[in-house]
Amino acid sequence: MSSAVKNLQTIFGDVIVASEFRDNKRATVPADKVHEALTYLKEQCGFDMLCDLAGIDYLGYPDATDRYAVVYSLTNTATGDRVFVKTFVNDPDPELPTVYDLWKGADWMEREVFDLYGVRFAGHPDLRRILMPEAFEGHPLRKDYPLRGYGERHNLPVITRAES
Amino acid sequence: MPLDLLDPPADTSTDSEYLYTLNFGPQHPATHTTLRLILTLDGETIVKAQPDIGYLHSGFEKLGEDLDYNQYVTVVDRMNYISPLANEIAWMTAVEKLLGLEITPRCKYLRTILAELARISDHLLAVGASALDLGGLTAFLYAFNEREGIYDIIESASGQRFHPSYVRVGGMMNDITDDVVDKVRAFVPKFQKAHADIARLLNRNKIFLDRIQGVGVLSREEAINRSVTGPVARASGVVRDLRKDEPYLAYPDLQDSFKVVASKGGDCLARYLVRMGEMAESMKIIAAAVENIPSGPVNVDVEGKISIPDKTATYRSIEGLIQHFELFMWNRRWETPVNEVYGANETANGELGFYVVADGSGKPWRARTRPPSFIHFSLFPMLMEGHQISDVPAVLGSLNIIAAELDR
Repeated sequence: MSSAVKNLQTIFGDVIVASEFRDNKRATVPADKVHEALTYLKEQCGFDMLCDLAGIDYLGYPDATDRYAVVYSLTNTATGDRVFVKTFVNDPDPELPTVYDLWKGADWMEREVFDLYGVRFAGHPDLRRILMPEAFEGHPLRKDYPLRGYGERHNLPVITRAES
Repeated sequence: MPLDLLDPPADTSTDSEYLYTLNFGPQHPATHTTLRLILTLDGETIVKAQPDIGYLHSGFEKLGEDLDYNQYVTVVDRMNYISPLANEIAWMTAVEKLLGLEITPRCKYLRTILAELARISDHLLAVGASALDLGGLTAFLYAFNEREGIYDIIESASGQRFHPSYVRVGGMMNDITDDVVDKVRAFVPKFQKAHADIARLLNRNKIFLDRIQGVGVLSREEAINRSVTGPVARASGVVRDLRKDEPYLAYPDLQDSFKVVASKGGDCLARYLVRMGEMAESMKIIAAAVENIPSGPVNVDVEGKISIPDKTATYRSIEGLIQHFELFMWNRRWETPVNEVYGANETANGELGFYVVADGSGKPWRARTRPPSFIHFSLFPMLMEGHQISDVPAVLGSLNIIAAELDR
């Protein structure tokens, strides 16, 4: 277990679940503590880069109890250490605090998770859709969204030459 | 007695009335691919640049949840289509990490050589195309001539020039022939000459330097804070290269043959120089690796039920046929741990990582890409502020935005 995860556990107590797989060192943090924990990791443990921010939908996953997960991959650029902080949110109101105030790189990554999973990030300065068009309904990477969509492509309005 | 001045008329105009909006793209020769910028201009000065992306969004990550670990290689290919092999190798790094698989030494060396060729190919495009956008056609032609040589090597190895889909779980589609080794050996000196030619054309070219010097400056703190990796970060003084920091494939053996190229400038010139330097370092890696390719099989042992048996075994032995079926039937394929893993490679554009969630079946539950282009393009509004409109192609070219990877 990495020392950063161990420090997290001593500060936040048993709510932090540590795990390790291959060389990934992970900490699962409850949603209400995640901003505090990430602030601690950034300021005290030197994880100055938010390497990646991934959304996951666990609907129907073996032994899953929560629906959505957001994984923050942090990198310490001085030492090269990595730590993965995972947090779960659930329907009907999946919302997490933004980490834009800690890492500006979170800007587009949070917008992407919002766009594709519908997890809102409270306090984000500009939370709009990024990959899908503004008028799109639904969140395509959710597991209950069909692979072929709801016929958006087939039901596109046809514009004739006279109308255009 | 002077007349009393009338109250001056209230100035109702605001600054925004002087500004006008310009659409840059989605189809524009200088964007190279399909991306759109909404520029708010004051004369020719950019007040605000707002990227609007998603024109090439084709749901790659959703497709990844429906295709198995080998099939998704063909989709990963099409993300950064300038260096497809590097994407494939990065994807397999994550998958093989998930399976806990150690590939054969020969495969490690082959993948290293191919990944470095892909890096050179990508950097050649970035350097050549940014020179082209700024008016230097000759360097572009030199660069693309060399890219043909790389495509030729890839075609000899895999049978496909552009999207080879060459990498498989536990190895490669097929082993290379001696012909490929000869071609790589011949490529090294030929490329070194072309590299020197490009450097001579551009490094002291007044027109080129004036367009890129001091343009789009990214400080070290901003680079780290905004998750920037790869040559863009190294040009801003973030000396971080996964090939040195977390050596994978054959890089542990090749540590002495290359250096990390970095600069403190942070502008487009620094990014250009870092890319040129990295090409020279990649050349050294290839030259060292091609002389040391170990013999032996390229795939891991078929007994492990992970790699696809070769065609002779499939057609002529019952075990080979069963193994082939086991890996291709939709309800068989691999047994994966119910777990998740992040694996990353240093590709030409930066850290290309995959966060793979496996549910025990042969398909990934989630195949998240960490796309360097996406992260670098989010810098664009900040880099562009206060610059001239003619600086747009310079900055776009130096960030090397690949829209297919940007939108996935």
